[in-house]
Amino acid sequence: MSQKWVETSVGLFILAAILGMLLLAFKVSDLSLYGEHDTYTVFAKFDNIGDLKPRAPVTIAGVKIGQVVSINLDKALYKATVTMRIKARDNNIPTDSSANIVTAGLLGSNYIAITPGFETAFMQDKGVISETNSAILLEDMIGQLIFNSKKGDKDDEKV
Amino acid sequence: MMTAIQKLGRSSIQLCGNVGYAGLFLIKTLVRKPRPIKGAPLLIQELYSIGVFSLPIILVASIFIGMVVGLQGYNILSKFSATEQLGQLVALSVVRELGPVVAALLFAGRAGSALTAEIGLMKTTEQLASMEMMGVDPLWRVIAPRFWAGVISLPLLTMIFCAVAVIGGHVIGVEWLGIDTGAFWSNMQASVDFHLDVLNGIIKSVVFGFIVTWIAVYQGYATEPTAAGISRATTRTVVYSSLAVLGMDFVLTAIMMGGW
Amino acid sequence: MIQQREGLGDLIRIDHLTFQRNQQCIFDDISLTIPKGQITAIMGPSGTGKTTLLQLIGGRLKPNAGHLYYENQCIDGMSNKQLLRLREKMGMLFQNSALFTNLTVYDNVAFPMREHTQLPESFIKDLVLMKLEAVGLRGARNLMPSQLSGGMSRRVALARAMALDPELIMYDEPFTGQDPISMGVLVKLIKHLNDALGMTSIIVSHDVPETASIADYIYILAQGKIVGQGTPQQLADCQDPHVLQFMHGLPDGVVPFHYPAPDYRQDLLASCKEREAS
Repeated sequence: MSQKWVETSVGLFILAAILGMLLLAFKVSDLSLYGEHDTYTVFAKFDNIGDLKPRAPVTIAGVKIGQVVSINLDKALYKATVTMRIKARDNNIPTDSSANIVTAGLLGSNYIAITPGFETAFMQDKGVISETNSAILLEDMIGQLIFNSKKGDKDDEKV
Repeated sequence: MMTAIQKLGRSSIQLCGNVGYAGLFLIKTLVRKPRPIKGAPLLIQELYSIGVFSLPIILVASIFIGMVVGLQGYNILSKFSATEQLGQLVALSVVRELGPVVAALLFAGRAGSALTAEIGLMKTTEQLASMEMMGVDPLWRVIAPRFWAGVISLPLLTMIFCAVAVIGGHVIGVEWLGIDTGAFWSNMQASVDFHLDVLNGIIKSVVFGFIVTWIAVYQGYATEPTAAGISRATTRTVVYSSLAVLGMDFVLTAIMMGGW
Repeated sequence: MIQQREGLGDLIRIDHLTFQRNQQCIFDDISLTIPKGQITAIMGPSGTGKTTLLQLIGGRLKPNAGHLYYENQCIDGMSNKQLLRLREKMGMLFQNSALFTNLTVYDNVAFPMREHTQLPESFIKDLVLMKLEAVGLRGARNLMPSQLSGGMSRRVALARAMALDPELIMYDEPFTGQDPISMGVLVKLIKHLNDALGMTSIIVSHDVPETASIADYIYILAQGKIVGQGTPQQLADCQDPHVLQFMHGLPDGVVPFHYPAPDYRQDLLASCKEREAS
């Protein structure tokens, strides 16, 4: 066992581990190399965030442009303040855009979809999206459906 | 009844004593001036015999574990017609739990037992004593390089384990069961966080590497210098370090889940 | 008797040493000196702690009472660091050679030089070849210890023990388990090295004729005490029962053939009674 072979194989071993780490970082967890200064922060207040969690993606037209950083309760308004970090590259979000909490698929997790408005002015750092639509809760929807159909039944009986 | 309680007390006192000795041993090994010129070649030699020699078992085990998780996950997810979530399931279970824990268990069996047997044999054949009589401290010359090589090797092996297991899951899910590649990766990327999942998994593996190697070198150094003593010490290394890894995994998971 | 011996003074002085292990007294207040430049043998039946004495001189064990001195430095009072430095001046040949199994013969001999000196590799190579030549194994330098016979590995261990040209070299049972030829080689080597390099040697052994043929002075230990001492000639003529039994290998004498036990007839009768009772 020559010293050269020992050193080479240890080098290969470490290289393989670095490759594995890179795969885990970029392919598996989609780590972005954007630091703090490559992003800007946008706030939005929602009546109900449903199942939204920090790290949920923020999208425009289905393309991910950022993620939710934190969710806090606004004590004065009893609303949820969602802090989002958007890539600096996507700095052309009109100020009258609206933010919606939507669900990926029937049972998937929640994320924020931004629908662009028509203003020519764009969102700045620490800007607030004023127009928001709360999460649509599946339970509420089902509840409403049952309530409506029951009301319909009763109406039928009256006639 | 009294004797049972007495036995319990005696064995707990002995346990405390042993842990104390092991701690003292570790401090004596680690607290010393590093000697990079003489130490580095020794460390590389040990990285070779500890890390590189463990690579085959890690590679084989990880590809199979990735494939099994892929198969099982697919079967369960297909009941909810959510098979696109397979990537997420494989990646999270491997990166958070299976990767660090299984790699540590395999490492204890492959490298830990070999370390104990090697050091125990050196003690039994008086190689450690002769080193001392030559004025060379065996803690520095024999134990320290092996300890550091173990602590460094296990996280590296774990990274390789996780990456290969995810590829194994991809092979099963995408190539064999026909899930869409894009859905597989994008669901994974949406749910796996680098800091919370990947980095925490690696922190776990650093802790496991520390514990397993510590147990292995201490058991070797404290071996009763007979053939039977070596075999007992080797068994103890595997049993103790496996239990310690599983127990510590619970503690670490609890800490990490608690919003850390 | 000690005062009569001529020489360059004493290298090791052991002063009223008492050592116990597991409540068992291994040395009970013994005093002896090892003069410089001579071969001193410490002999005695197996199990009398001869190896333990070497461990005490090397500072690997601490005495319960009494002191050991190396050129007037107290060995048992030294810190770990001082001990490591002291041991660079000592070489020790272990009973089972204790070669490093993962290093070649060459690397084994080079080991102490690489650890303790900053010499360039070419210089070390010359030194190693000189040491191996002295024990006649220059041609075996690329073998692994597992490929050596018992006698050869002991010679390699000897080359390693004298790698740093120590002042003192300790031989722990050098003749045990050797065939007559390698025993003769070792006897010749020990004598030759001692005389040629001016080293001080301590031989721990129970092989009487070989040791007596090269030792300048012999101490005989039994039951924790020094029971006899003198030059080989003096001991051969000594009429002390301990010395007589040991030097001539008599099966029964002061050291009994039987391990302490109750009376033989009583023991047998007791088992007879047990059988009757059941």
